[in-house]
Order: sequence, then C-alpha cells, then structure tokens
Amino acid sequence: MTDVAVRTPAQRVRAWLPAYGVYVAIVVLLLFNIAFTENFLAWSNLRIQLIQVAPVVIVALGMALVIGTEGIDLSVGSVMALAAAFIPLYLGYGVVAAILVALIAGVAVGAVNGLLVARVGLQPIVATLALLVAGRGLALVVSDSQLREIRNPGLVELGSGSLFGLPYLVWIALALVLTVAFVVRRTVFGRRLLAIGGNRPAAELAGVPVGRVLVTVYVVSGTLAAVAGVLAVARIQASDASAVGVLIELSAITAVVVGGTPLSGGRVRVWGTVAGALLMQLVVATMIKHDLPSSTAEMVQAVIILVAVYAARERRSR
Amino acid sequence: MTQDVTVPPIAPPPESALRDERRADRLDRIVGTVQRQGALAVLVLVAAIGFAAFPNFRSLANAETILISAAPLALIALGMTFVIITGGIDLSVGSLYVLGGVVAAYASQWGVLAAFLAPLLLCGAFGVVNGVLVAYTRMAPFIVTLAALLGARGLMRALSNEGSETYLVRSEAFRAFGSGEFLGLAYPVWLALALFAGGAVLLGRTRFGASVYAIGGSEDAARLMGVAVRRTQVNVYVLSGLLAGLAGAVNAARLGSGVTVIGVGVELDAIAAVVIGGTLLTGGAGTVAGTIAGVLLLGVIQNLINQVGSVNISWQQVISGAFLAVVVVVQTYLTRLRRIQ
Repeated sequence: MTDVAVRTPAQRVRAWLPAYGVYVAIVVLLLFNIAFTENFLAWSNLRIQLIQVAPVVIVALGMALVIGTEGIDLSVGSVMALAAAFIPLYLGYGVVAAILVALIAGVAVGAVNGLLVARVGLQPIVATLALLVAGRGLALVVSDSQLREIRNPGLVELGSGSLFGLPYLVWIALALVLTVAFVVRRTVFGRRLLAIGGNRPAAELAGVPVGRVLVTVYVVSGTLAAVAGVLAVARIQASDASAVGVLIELSAITAVVVGGTPLSGGRVRVWGTVAGALLMQLVVATMIKHDLPSSTAEMVQAVIILVAVYAARERRSR
Repeated sequence: MTQDVTVPPIAPPPESALRDERRADRLDRIVGTVQRQGALAVLVLVAAIGFAAFPNFRSLANAETILISAAPLALIALGMTFVIITGGIDLSVGSLYVLGGVVAAYASQWGVLAAFLAPLLLCGAFGVVNGVLVAYTRMAPFIVTLAALLGARGLMRALSNEGSETYLVRSEAFRAFGSGEFLGLAYPVWLALALFAGGAVLLGRTRFGASVYAIGGSEDAARLMGVAVRRTQVNVYVLSGLLAGLAGAVNAARLGSGVTVIGVGVELDAIAAVVIGGTLLTGGAGTVAGTIAGVLLLGVIQNLINQVGSVNISWQQVISGAFLAVVVVVQTYLTRLRRIQ
C-alpha cells in the first residue's frame, strides 16, 4: 500500500487501472453504441437502461459499504422479496404505512445480520447466507406464494412517473448515491467503517465502536435492499416474492468489485460502484441490441469480473 | 540494580490444579465431540421425532426417497468440503451442476460412457480454471468462482438454446443408471456412498488430505513445511468441479433429461450442508462424515415438512435458514470455549 515516489509507467498504469478502468470501459462501450447501435441515444432507450439499473445501484451501495468493512451481504435479494411481500398486506393502511413496514422489514433483517456478525462473531458470508435462505422463505410465507397486482395510484406513480424528464426511480437512486458518497467521505461513521475494514484490531484499539458500526452498516444494507424492493414492486405493479431480487446479490457484488472496491475491505468506491453497475447494464444492453443471446452476455460479464479483480489483486509482498 | 533473587523451589503442582487440568481436558474433549458430531446427533434426534410423529416417515420407501433426492447434493457437498477445508469457497458448483446435467443428456446419444465423460471433462475444466486462478493469481476464491458461476450458466444456456431446449436422455443404459436399484438402494445412492468412502480416505489417510488441512490451517506455514500449496489448491477445485458435473449427470440420468431451470442456489445448499456438518468456513477443520450428516439433515427436514401436508412449503426455507444460523452460532461458541480453555 506504500506509495513509491518514483514509478515506472507500467506501475502507474497498474495503480490506475483498477480504480478507473471501469470508466474507460464505459466510455468505450458508449462510443461503440453511439456509432453502431441504432437509436441508442434515443431518450426512450436511455430511460429504460437507467430504470433497469436503478435497483442494482441501490442494492450495490449497501453492498459496497458492507464490503468496505471486509464483509459481504448475501441476503439482499431476500430482503427485497420480503419488502415486496409486505407491501400488499399493508396497502390498506395507506402507501406510506406499507412502505414503512417494508423498510422496517429491511432494517430488521439488517439488524439480525449485523448482530450475528458483530456480536456473535459469525463470518458475514454464513450469517447472511442463513438470512438469504430464511428471508426468501419468510417472504413466500408472508405472501402465501401468491403474485399480487398493485393498483394503488401512489405506488404506480412512484414506479412510472417522472420529474424533469427523469423517472422517480432514477432520482431516488441518484439521491441515495450522493448520500452514501457523502457518508463515506465526510462523516465519522464513514471513517470508522473504513477503519474496521482496513484493520479491525487496530480500529478496536483506536476506540472505534466496532460492534455498533458493523450493525449499522448491515442495517443500512438491509434498508437499501428494502428500498429497492419497494421500487421493484412500484415499477412492475405487482408483488411476487418468488421472483423479486433473485440473484441480485451477485449483480450487486459484481458492480462493487468491477467498480474497484477491494473485497479485502478498507476502501469503498461509491461512484465506481455506480459505474460498475452501469457497465454491466451496458454490456447486456449492447449484446441484446446486436442480437447476441443473453447467455453470451453472461459469459462476457464473467470475463469482465475476472479482468477487474485480476487488475486489482494484491501484489505478493515478498 | 543487581539483587540476589531467591528462586523458590518449583513445587509440584497441587492436587487441585491437576484436577482442574483434567477437567479442562475432559471439557475440551466433550466440546470437540459436540462440534464434530453435533450434526449427527441432531440428525438422529430429528429422525427419531419423525419416526414417532409421522407414520409415513417410517416407511422404507420414504427413506429411499430421502437418500436418492439427497444424492446429487451429497456429491456437490463432498467437493465443497475439500474446498472449504483449504479455506476457500466454490460458488460455481450450482451452475456446473446444471451444466453437467445438460451436457450429460446431450452426450447420452453417444452412449452411457460419453454421458458420464462429457460433463466430467467440461466441469473439470472449469475446476482447473478456478483452481489455477485461485492458486496462481491470489484472487479471492469467492470472486473467481462467482465469475465461474456466471460463465458456466452462460455456457449452459448457450448450449441449450437460451435454456429453452431440454435434451432428452437417449441412452437406455444411462437412464437405467438413474432409476435402477441394487440391493434395494438406487445406483446414485451407491455412487454417493462409494465416493464418500473414498473422500473420507482421501481426506483422512493420504498426503493430499493432510495438505488440504495444512493449507486451511495456515497457508504460509504449509508452504514452509514443503506442502505443494498451489497444486493442492488446483486439485481441490478440480475435485469440486468434477463432483458437481457428476452430480449433474446423475440427476440427468434420474430425470431422463437435462433440465435447465434447476440449480439456482445449490451452491448455497452445499455450503450450508458442509457448515452444518461441522466444517469450519475459516478452513483447517472438518470431516467428510459431518458433511453426510449435514446433507441428510437438510434432506430429512425437507421430507418432514412435506409430511406435514398442511404447512406451507415455504416454511422449509425458513427452517433451513434458521437451522443454519443456530448451528453456526453454536459452532462459534464452542470454538471460542475451546480457545479459552
């Protein structure tokens, strides 16, 4: 991690690539699409891309924070399903009440994750795996495994309305990105979170309330996943606990890692995460527009992950 | 400040200290046994409850159902056990399982041998890639195998016309393997039993097994001891890939087709089974026997929930998840208790 004063060009590229390679890739793909894809710049197309990427971005924000503490949160997809399952049940009490209940579900799952990781000392991957399994089951129990259509005008407006030409979904995602970026860079909480990820014993010795910060991080991740769940329900105008958020944990982890956040913790790249999500979306969109099957897109995504992580891997320090 | 210090003669430890030590020893042994055999104990308990409460659970046919539906997961979990003991993880097995099934069904047109060899070769190749990337580039196993998960799923869908084409098994012999029985047990169950026996010997009695434990305990120490760390790591991921492919082939033989819509989350079931079986995710400790108990426990729980007809089937997931959490929490406390000792 030490910065050497004199670097060869190769070293400079190597230091630069993991952090900014994702932006280069996006620009290249954008230029390719502008040149070769019909109607790529049409507002309707860009709008769809942004709407599709918004939930992934929101979930990935929480994931980035968790990964910053050297953790992982596999339960996000199930939290989305749980939030989605609660909405139709409480819609009778009004939109606000329904959304609140959904968010509380996210907070609760996040708190359980956080307590298991911070207080009991479980490895994040197992703790959140347990909630991935149990959460999806609970969502199915709550919703009685039924797909329910949502006709509430407030929710439908939230999912399909726009402000200044941009859909509400995108505005919400943008606001959350700005908030998280601010929290990571400018707040004590952000510093503490990175300190824990960088070196937990040292953070403990320095007086960081490790347990409290960890619980908060998982609660934030759960809450953001619940927000994504609510937005998913609003967008598709239905609540289907068996389909909402399936495998989104993988997309979110991919976005975070491709964006240059190391899995070893201690650093969070918020805008990189957004870029990572956008890149993956662009890859799929480009493939589809050029009549390549989505299976090819999946294989390309796999290669992108490997390249991104290979570029960012730790150097052997011996 | 030189001063004569009179060193008191070392007294023999008093009787009480010896007793304490012996008690600590005994506690340590008990805790260790609970940690290793906990899954087995719970399995016996749950099975006993099932025996007492559900007449249908008691039947031999039901026991067979449990065993045969657990066979593919058992194979996958066996490979996962090796990977996790080295301190790694293999997320790609769920995709490889499906890929193996599709390839096996497709290759069955060239006979039963091809139906087994094709998935083994392909999934083994994925294992080689996983292993080489983990061992030689120091990329995190989690992320390498996540990429392999996506890659294998993409390949599976590319081979099956975006998942819409289900290849039927053309070889009668291959189909017979899936449905046939020997001494009252289905062939896949025999296969799983044989491989678990082999796995137990491999892990417990060979140099390779010792290397697996050593790497999981401390990679650096293992290297200093002269363990072939990289080669062992590659082998472990290859083994996991091969077993996942084989599980796919077994499943294809049983179903008579290469189903493309299964396998999501199988890697998580396998990890859960391994962890419930007492293998530590931090690596360095674990047994094949524990994994069997873990797999069977998940199978028995699922079966029992099916027996209680009125209960929503989704409770099964809730219970499995809660179960996993309880098991790891207990494991963690036991480990801590031993460390304090």
